[in-house]
Amino acid sequence: MQYQLKINGESRTVDAEPGTPLLWVLRDELHLTGTKFGCGVAYCGACTVHVDGYPTRSCQTFVEDAVETEITTIEGATDKVAQAVQAAWREKDVVQCGWCQSGQIMSAIGLLTENPSPTDQDIKDYMDGNACRCVTYVRINEAIKLASEKLEA
Amino acid sequence: MTINVSRRGFLAGSVAGTTALLVGVNAKGVLTAGSTAAAATTDLNPFVKIDGNGTVTVIIKHFEMGQGTTTGLATLVAEELDANWDKVQTDFAPADDKRYANLFFGGQGTGGSTSIANSYMQYREAGAAARDLLVRAAAQSWGVDASSISIEDGMLKSGGNSGHFGEFVAIATTLEAVEKPAIKTPDQFKLIGSDKLHRKDNTSKTNGTAIFAMDVNLPGMIYAAIIRSPKFGGTVVSFDDADAKEVGGFIAAQVLPNKAGVVAFGKNTWSAFQARDALSVEWDFSAAETRSTDALMADHKSLLDAPQYNLGKEITVQTVAPVLDGAADTIDAEFSFPFLAHAPLESLNCTIEPTENGVRLHDGCQFPSLTRPTLAAILGLEPSQVEIKTLYAGGSFGRRASPTADYNAEAAMAFAVSGRKVPVKLVWSREDDIKGGYYRPMAAHRAKVGLDADGKVIGWDHRVAVKSIMKGSPMEPMTVHDGIDHTSAEGVAGGLYSIPNQAIGLSDFQTEVPILWWRSVGHTHTAFAMESLMDMVATQTGQDPIDMRLSMLDPAAPNPARMIEAIKLVREISGWKKGDKRGFACHYSFNTCVAVVADITVEDSSVHVNKLFMAVECGVAINPDVIRAQMEGGAGYALSAIYRNEITLTDGEVDQYNFPDYELLRNSEMPEVEVAIVPSNNAPTGVGEPGVPPTGPAVANAIFAQTGKRIMDLPMSKAGFDFM
Repeated sequence: MQYQLKINGESRTVDAEPGTPLLWVLRDELHLTGTKFGCGVAYCGACTVHVDGYPTRSCQTFVEDAVETEITTIEGATDKVAQAVQAAWREKDVVQCGWCQSGQIMSAIGLLTENPSPTDQDIKDYMDGNACRCVTYVRINEAIKLASEKLEA
Repeated sequence: MTINVSRRGFLAGSVAGTTALLVGVNAKGVLTAGSTAAAATTDLNPFVKIDGNGTVTVIIKHFEMGQGTTTGLATLVAEELDANWDKVQTDFAPADDKRYANLFFGGQGTGGSTSIANSYMQYREAGAAARDLLVRAAAQSWGVDASSISIEDGMLKSGGNSGHFGEFVAIATTLEAVEKPAIKTPDQFKLIGSDKLHRKDNTSKTNGTAIFAMDVNLPGMIYAAIIRSPKFGGTVVSFDDADAKEVGGFIAAQVLPNKAGVVAFGKNTWSAFQARDALSVEWDFSAAETRSTDALMADHKSLLDAPQYNLGKEITVQTVAPVLDGAADTIDAEFSFPFLAHAPLESLNCTIEPTENGVRLHDGCQFPSLTRPTLAAILGLEPSQVEIKTLYAGGSFGRRASPTADYNAEAAMAFAVSGRKVPVKLVWSREDDIKGGYYRPMAAHRAKVGLDADGKVIGWDHRVAVKSIMKGSPMEPMTVHDGIDHTSAEGVAGGLYSIPNQAIGLSDFQTEVPILWWRSVGHTHTAFAMESLMDMVATQTGQDPIDMRLSMLDPAAPNPARMIEAIKLVREISGWKKGDKRGFACHYSFNTCVAVVADITVEDSSVHVNKLFMAVECGVAINPDVIRAQMEGGAGYALSAIYRNEITLTDGEVDQYNFPDYELLRNSEMPEVEVAIVPSNNAPTGVGEPGVPPTGPAVANAIFAQTGKRIMDLPMSKAGFDFM
């Protein structure tokens, strides 16, 4: 089937079987490989993208349900909040293997968009769905605090 | 994207049409230099490449799984060059057993926390040789004496002359490199030890542009997923793909040549997964493991009764018996450890592409020297016909370093049965990973420690039963002697404590379940047993756990002296006091000493680890922040395992399937971590693994200090604790 998707502000036409997770459409058909596969059961958050501005697990979003939504992937995360988050991630040298980090960053952007001044507990609660096997959580939380400060300033 | 990087492409300068300086080793292993034009025709492979615009490219012979090696090796070169860090970039080396060998292994590969340690002098000398060439080139160009030239931030200066590296590349390529260039003394270091260097991979890994193996997309590529025997060691009898044919995008299904599974090909990853799940397979389980976890552990424990091997020649479990019989007091303990999955977040995958000459593997390849001959043998090629394109790996923790190159071999078999016409990408699902074996082996320990009337240890009978990781692997000649796999009991044997009459018995467990080194190998279980026992001795004899350990470390011996430094440092930063209700543990692994204090709160059966204090002695700290990151990550990796992770079997089949029942440590569960590094100018030692071993026992000892409960069976959730 052909689907018309709006991704990172661009209209894209893809050919996919109904029921195909958006994740695999992004990665295999559109070659937007910044969005990662971690578990396939919405349990690790590596596949997080924004659908209509909200962090969403693309491994559990069917392609047909993504039609007529605005999808943003890490490649299209360029607004002010995104820039602050990415700069903070680099400042704190958060990444290790990096596989989960696109998802972590998309969630962090979601958090700071909703709540520009999160408490430590807010951060932990919001970010708990994004697993990091290298365990970079200490720095993720520091980076979110730093990005929040930068955005407030 | 289309990836098409040939050997020629790798060697060509990154600025088209300009000359680039290459410094590396020639076939004889001598530092030499040449231009890219020469490199394309002569047999030169560089560690350092400098382009006409002054950009330094450091060629990384190891792979990057997050441990920071690309940053570390780049630091070594940049230090000796006095390069501008912002103009230093990295590129992964091609497969080359000799030129890019791990100097500790003899082949190309990453593991055992050796990347920095084995490369320390090699990469510094490569940087120093390049520096020497540039200085001589500048001297010639300016007509000044080389000794008048200084370099700062990538700029050469002499009197009123100045210029960046790129300006002298053309002349430098005409000069002969010195064989043994002068290198800096530690007091001259500007980048080594600096806290201001950012990781080289922290931009591409935060904007989605870093390319990992699973991100490879090649024209005409098909996707493969494999159904493997639900019981380890089972083989395919027959299969039916009628339901798979209903899956959109399904191409075909075929039995793997070794009958270990059936591969389903699809037009994309999803269709390959769906088709694979729709296959119905009849298996032959006659040679398969069919025991359940309880039986497996009981069989481990029965092996402890009569160890197959004694590690000590002088003291054996037989000769220590009378010593223990005569002891004033004894401590008896038995420990059990489950199978553990590595669960790197990028599940295993790789792509094999046909080339004019053979094949090209795209992989987060940890051991090119094992992978290359394996693929060659399966595909009937010479190893030289197998090209390896190393890409970022989304974690490994040991899993991507497989002696059998298992997932590469699977991909080669899939490629072979596909007809070898188009690229084949094999992708493991998370279920494949959790159920797929190659686990940290189950293990059982039994110990009897004898104490005299003054509370001094006078004898120690320690027995381990575990499946050997090394037997049957290419590493066997290096790690197995007189039948003893030294990685099975490393950390009990080779520990730093002065223990009189220590006997170590070992038995190899046998099972079809494939097992593998898991971040810190034998130390994953031996440190927990040893450091729990040390805590038990301290408790039983009324000693402070830290004082007691210090009393058992010889300050005149090099490594115990390093451990003493680490212990004293962690005692200081944690403000440890006698009678503290916190937990302490320390462990020596991969030539590194780590000491940990765990600060926890227990409410009823809920444990919260508030903070971990860690001190590490790893020789000279190349990148202190990477060391801290590895300690934080190593500690967190250990917590996930000791809290609740286990792979269990029922009638030989794995009970867990994915992260919901093999749950990784979460953000809210991560304690605060404070890491202190013991200052040192000694050669660097490993940091990727040594943070793991002492963390578990430090937490267990803290739980004992607060609750009086001694946890000896992992994971800790078995003892009724939950963690929050």
